[in-house]
Parts: sequence; C-alpha cells; structure tokens
Amino acid sequence: MDHLDYLEAQSIFILREAYKHFGKLGMLWSVGKDSTVLLWLAKKAFFGHCPFPFIHVDTKHKIPEMIEFRDRTAKEYNLDLIVHTNEEALANGMGPEQGRMVCCKALKTEGLQQVVKKYEFEGLILGIRRDEEGSRSKERIFSERNAESEWDYTDQPPELWDQFKTDFKKGNHIRVHPILHWNEVDIWEYIKRENIPVVDLYFAQDGKRYRSLGCAPCTHPIESTASNIDEIIEELKGTKQSERAGRAQDQEMAHAMQKLRKDGYM
Amino acid sequence: MKDIRETLNIVVVGHVDHGKSTLIGRLLYDTDSLPEGAIDKVKQLAKEKGKSFEYAYLLDAFEEEQEQGITIDTTQLQFATDKRDYVIIDAPGHKEFLKNMISGAANAEAAFLLVDANEGVQEQSRRHGYILSLLGVKKVYVIVNKMDLVDYSEERFIKIKDEFETFLNNLNIYPIDYIPISAYFGENITKSSSEMPWNRSGSIIEIMDTIPKEKDLEKKPLRLPIQDVYKFDDRRIIAGRIESGTLNVGDEILISPTNKTTKIKSIAYWADRDKNDTASAGMSVGITVEDEFFNKRGEILSHIEDAPIKSNIFNANVFWMGNKHLIKNKKYKLKLSTKEVECEIITIHKIIDASTLAQGDFSQGIKKNDVAEVTIKTKEMICFDEFSNLQTTGRFVIVDDMNVSGGGIISGIEDSLQNRELVTNSTNIAPRKRLVSTKDREKAYGQKGGVIWLTGLSGSGKNEIATKLEKKLFDLGKKVYYLDSTNLRFGLSSDLEFTPEDAHEQTRRIAEVARLFADSGTIVIVTSVSRYRKDRDMAKSIIGESVYKEVFIEATEDVCKKRNPGGIYEDGDGKFYYEKSDYPVVSVFIEDAEFNADQKASSLVDLVR
Repeated sequence: MDHLDYLEAQSIFILREAYKHFGKLGMLWSVGKDSTVLLWLAKKAFFGHCPFPFIHVDTKHKIPEMIEFRDRTAKEYNLDLIVHTNEEALANGMGPEQGRMVCCKALKTEGLQQVVKKYEFEGLILGIRRDEEGSRSKERIFSERNAESEWDYTDQPPELWDQFKTDFKKGNHIRVHPILHWNEVDIWEYIKRENIPVVDLYFAQDGKRYRSLGCAPCTHPIESTASNIDEIIEELKGTKQSERAGRAQDQEMAHAMQKLRKDGYM
Repeated sequence: MKDIRETLNIVVVGHVDHGKSTLIGRLLYDTDSLPEGAIDKVKQLAKEKGKSFEYAYLLDAFEEEQEQGITIDTTQLQFATDKRDYVIIDAPGHKEFLKNMISGAANAEAAFLLVDANEGVQEQSRRHGYILSLLGVKKVYVIVNKMDLVDYSEERFIKIKDEFETFLNNLNIYPIDYIPISAYFGENITKSSSEMPWNRSGSIIEIMDTIPKEKDLEKKPLRLPIQDVYKFDDRRIIAGRIESGTLNVGDEILISPTNKTTKIKSIAYWADRDKNDTASAGMSVGITVEDEFFNKRGEILSHIEDAPIKSNIFNANVFWMGNKHLIKNKKYKLKLSTKEVECEIITIHKIIDASTLAQGDFSQGIKKNDVAEVTIKTKEMICFDEFSNLQTTGRFVIVDDMNVSGGGIISGIEDSLQNRELVTNSTNIAPRKRLVSTKDREKAYGQKGGVIWLTGLSGSGKNEIATKLEKKLFDLGKKVYYLDSTNLRFGLSSDLEFTPEDAHEQTRRIAEVARLFADSGTIVIVTSVSRYRKDRDMAKSIIGESVYKEVFIEATEDVCKKRNPGGIYEDGDGKFYYEKSDYPVVSVFIEDAEFNADQKASSLVDLVR
C-alpha cells in the first residue's frame, strides 16, 4: 500500500463506520476540492451507491461557477442533494458588510443548524482536514455537537484505535471527519490519480487561481500560473503561503476559526 | 513520476513543561515546514501578551492554550525530511488531559518520551512511559531536553538515563536510544551539536530517519472483522478493513465465532483501477463469498488455520479515563474491532500506580488515570487475539454512559479455556496462564491430543471396540487413555442417576474431562450413549470442533438386546431410541451379536492421524 492507498482505506473505514452507526446521516458538500474528494470516497466505500443525502449550505454569495458545477455533478452522480439557504437572514439583509464573522455565523453556521434540525441528522460527514488550520488540527474523527451545534473543545472524547464516539444524547449530533488525516497535496495527488472532476476555478486563468473556495465576497484568488493538476502539486510543494490565505474571515481576528467552530461552523 | 514516500507517525510525550510543543515547533522551524508568516504571527502574539517568544504557540492553537501556556489537546503536524514524511503528534503533559494524551499516543508508531535534564524524571514521565507500553508502542526514544540548563553535562545526562532506564525496563520498555537536546536553542535537532561532543547518538532528525517502519502486517494471520454487510444491488458484499494478513479470491475462510466456512468469490470494486484478486492488511475492502450465510458486524474472517481465539472470559490490562470509577458487576459496553458487546469486570487483580508502579487499593473500584489488571466477562462469545500476537484484534475500549472511558489490551487466556463459552458461578477468579502451551506439548509428544467419542445405545459394542482401540494405539506408541463413562459413575459422577437430566450432566462432565486430557496432549477414547443430539453438540462445543471426532456405533434393537440383556439404558427410560447427528460422523455398523471388535477397532485407528 502506498501513502494514498492508506489515506483512502482509512477514510473508507470511517465512512462505513458512520453509515453503520447513524440512522440519519448526511454529507456536507461545499463543492470544493476536499468535499468533492469525499464524495468520490463515498462512491468507493459503498460500491457506486451513495446511501445518504448530500447537503449544500448555499449562502447565495457563492461563486456562480460553483453552483453550475454543483448542479451538473449532482446530476451526473445521481445524488440526493439538499440545498439549503438561511432565507430569513438573507431577507434581513445579511451579508459580509455586516461583519464577516457575523455573516459566516448567520449564513453558514445557522444555515447548517437549520438543516440539522429540519432533517434530524444524527451524523454529519464533513471534509475538513487537520492541516488547514489550528482548531481543525485538534479535532476528533467523530466529534460531538450539542443541540445548538456547539463544540466543547475543552472536553473532547478519547479516540483510540479507531474506536469512535457513537453514543450520544438525543438532540446532539456527531460530526464525522473522514479526511482529517489528509493534507492539501494529498488531495491533489489523489484527484490526479483517480481522475476526479473538480471545479475549474482551481486552475489558473490570467495569472490567478483559487486555492480554497468559499463565498465570492470573502474568497480571493491567489497569484498563480498553475493551470493543471501537475502544476498545482508543483506549486504547493514550493509554496510557504498558507492554504486559507485567500480566505478573509480567517484574517478578521485572532482565533476567528476557533470561535466560529465552537458555535457550530464547519 | 512521483516517487512513493513513506509516512511515519511519531508521538511526543512527557511531563508538563518538559518541552514537547517546543521540540515540535523547533522541528517544524528547522525543517522549513512552517507557512509564511507563522513565526511572525507567534512573535506578534507573544508581544501582545507581554510574553517571550514560544515555539509552542505554533501548535497550541487554542486561545486557552496560548494564554495559559499549556497543551490541552493533542494535535498533529506534518513535515518532511529528505528521506520521508512525518506526522508528529503533540500530546498534552498535564495529568488532567491524560485522555487527550492517550488519544494522540494510540495512533503512533514510535514515541519520543521527553525528560527535562534539570528536573529529571517526573510523575508524568513515568506514567506516559507506562501508557506507551500498554498501547503497544514499542519504538520508544528518550529525549533529554533542556541540556542548556545543565551546562550540557554528560554526567547529568547519564544519571537521568540510568534512573529512567530501570523504571522503563521494569515495564518491558527498552528504549532504542537516549538523545540529549536543547529544543529551545536547537541543539541536536537537525545536526549534531557542538555543545555535546560526547553524544554519539546523533541529532533528532538523523535518528528519526533510522526508525524502521513496521511492514510485516500483511504476513501475519488474516483478520478481517466484518464492518457491515451491503445489499445495494444484486451483490451481497461483506465490507471491512483487513487488520492483518492477506486474502485471495478462492481462499477458504472461517467466520468466527460462528464457525462457518466458505470461499472468497470476489473482491468488489467501483473504480476500475481497484479491480484485484488479492488484498492485504490496511485495505478497506468488500468481498463476496460462495455460501451466503447471515453475517453480522463483529464477526471475524480468517483462514481456517490460524483462527482467532473465541471466548467470553479473558484477562486484560485496562487504563481508565472515566469520571466515574470502573467497578465490578456493572454493565459496560465493550468495543473490540467492530464488535460491540455488553461486558462486566468479574475480577480486579491489582491496580498499579502508573507513576510509581506501586499497588493501589481497589475496594472502591478503578479510578480515573489508574491502570489495572482485570478479568472481563462478555455477554456472548467473542473472538480476539492476545495483544502480544496481534495488536489490532487484541485491544478494546470500554464505554460507560455514552463515553469511551477506558482502553485495554488482552493479556490472554490459557489454551484449555479457549474457543468455548465459559460458565462460572464463582467471583474473584481469573483464567490463569501457564508456561507450557498446547503447541509445546504437541511438539514434545509428537502427537496431537484429541477425543474419539464413541456414541451408540447400550449393548451396541462401544466398550469392546474402545478397549481394543486403546490397546492398538498404545502399541503404536501413542499416549492414549480410555475414559469409560460407566467407570466414572463410581467416582466423579457418583452423585448422578439415570434420569435424562443426570445423563446430560454426565455427558458434560465426560466432555470436560476429555477436553483436559486432550489438552494435556493425550488421545482420549470416550464411550458415552449420548443418545440426544443436543448432548453431543454440547460435548463437541466443550471439546472443540477440530479436536472432537464422533463415531456412531450403530446396532439393531435385536443386537443390542442380545448383547445387553439387562437393558440398562443410561438415559433412563429404557427405550430403543437414538437421535442421529446432522453433521457427518464416522459410522460403524454392528451386524450381529458376535461381531469382531478387533476388526472394528482397526478401522478406527486412522482417526488419530
């Protein structure tokens, strides 16, 4: 087994554990590279079937290409796709100009909370990775959230030998993180090996490309000439810039992500 | 083409403030693995808070960790040397966060156990050492940090080394090396330090690159715990991760503990590149089998030889992380590979203070952060391995009130008690372990112990055949013993009568005695009417399927009556009635009352081969 085989096998094991343990299970699909890899892994884990719905929390501020890719891929893969928007917040004029942290909380965190409540999800699969950011590096693979979707990072359950937390209070849910152990280069090398379609925004045009995708107003492309996967891998191996450098909400204040995630952000 | 790089997971453990996060921060910095601006960010942070620069802030991402200068939770970071990639796991040193330390250390292939050169070996240095041994992390390196505080003194280094070595060796931990460093000043991190010319071990990075990676898992016995069974389409796919060993399409396999055998028909796949006829340790697979039985999560697939142990009682070492004490006679949930089963602690043998190795008091149960030797009973028979043979199927966790609250490793169970469901009314007992194994005996005696169970109605001729068979095997040089059920009624079973209940109990006792004889390496010949199928099933399950050989001595009513005019039937009612087995047995037909017992016995000699 090589490194990618190992990463894949571990992720599939986690996906199958989640599927076995949670009656109401859903997978968050942000349309970005990580959750698209996760989607591919789910196809592998269940031999071409996707036995749970996919959820896209649409802030209505997403880059149009992402929405186009989402709808096309959902059709191709025959996905059971739930698209949810916090309409109430939008109607009240929520947007980044209200403050990025406030906006993220309303449109993403609260939007997600609404979906969880509506469908009574017990398990939610997410494509976060440890190398993305400090508070994510301290996550568990199966991580409990209370009824308000809050994360108590000061008292996380022990997690040893792939024995995950699968018992929890009614109303709480478990966030499942099957690709926590991957890094950014792993993701691209896997996309290349498996030939997984991803949204074109990642490939450079006019000297710029997106390294991390989010909402249009808060996500900026980086300077890059990497127009194919090989060039992206080459670029990432040489760069010292952090992956989320183009994501404005991270830069807003110290420990921004930790605070967002404590309240239920993905 | 990209070369395939190897990744090694290393955990850094040790007492609080001995410099774990600093060492990791320094490793990242010196290997140029930090993102742009990370150091500036930390400098800025230190300035804002009026503190001096700390590499530890690079890892202690939580605001509370940075404010209080402690590591609360484990984290993992990646970096690379020229040789390979590393995942470095930072584990908290505070006793309060021991469960987080254990979460980190459980995933490691090797460990750096850090000791402060100035403070020397402290409580958590020892406790962490103990926990590493329980988790089965064998590749341990002791890093003596803060050598700058002791003027890079070799004498001080040797003193710490000697002190710690004695403690660790008592735990069967033999550190591969001791390395003196100063993490803060970067001495002995990437290259040998000129401050410590006496050090012959080299720098941390140089040593890391020499740590061998465990590779022989695919050569160990096959263990594929069933994770789930899928029926999404016309295929019925058994899904799971191969924990050890290798399987091939066409292999004959055993499913434990239900003891079903079948063949692997195919390895399922979705993407074309995954099509394969063989799979090995580490892979998450789906297989289809030739005989479609009902399969359950938690069952384990293996090859027929080298199957896992089956039992419902075993000895284990546990460490407890729960807020409520682990107590006897309370129901907990045990999770072992994919099996979940109700369990209870039937015996606590001793509690060890992991930092002093002193024995503790356990009248109140096992408290948080304690390590104990216990005997566990599960509600149903499960399959497992001794941890020292196979780690992944030899360890488990205990769930108390929705939380994973303890972890444990199985120290084993004596051969004669394996592969069966054990019953006991006694408490405070444990299956003991001996130094002579069944395998040792087989080797010494040049034979396998076994049981030839002659069943058939009274008068059918069992006794005559058995005595001849015993003599024949004895003359062949075999270690053999004939266990005559009638003779037992003058001793072991003198309290029993000929009622069906007592006949059942008689069968149980014969089977238990026969099992012990077989386990001692002896070939046992048993004669027992055992007319009911359930009695023989019981005997077979007590003795063990591979050891039990059933021979049905079949005679007509006429023959039986002629040969046994008294008509004493052990099962009481005196009726001519026999329930045949539904699995294949050796049949010996007795044609007439004057049959040739010698000839019949000869035909059975081959059974012991």
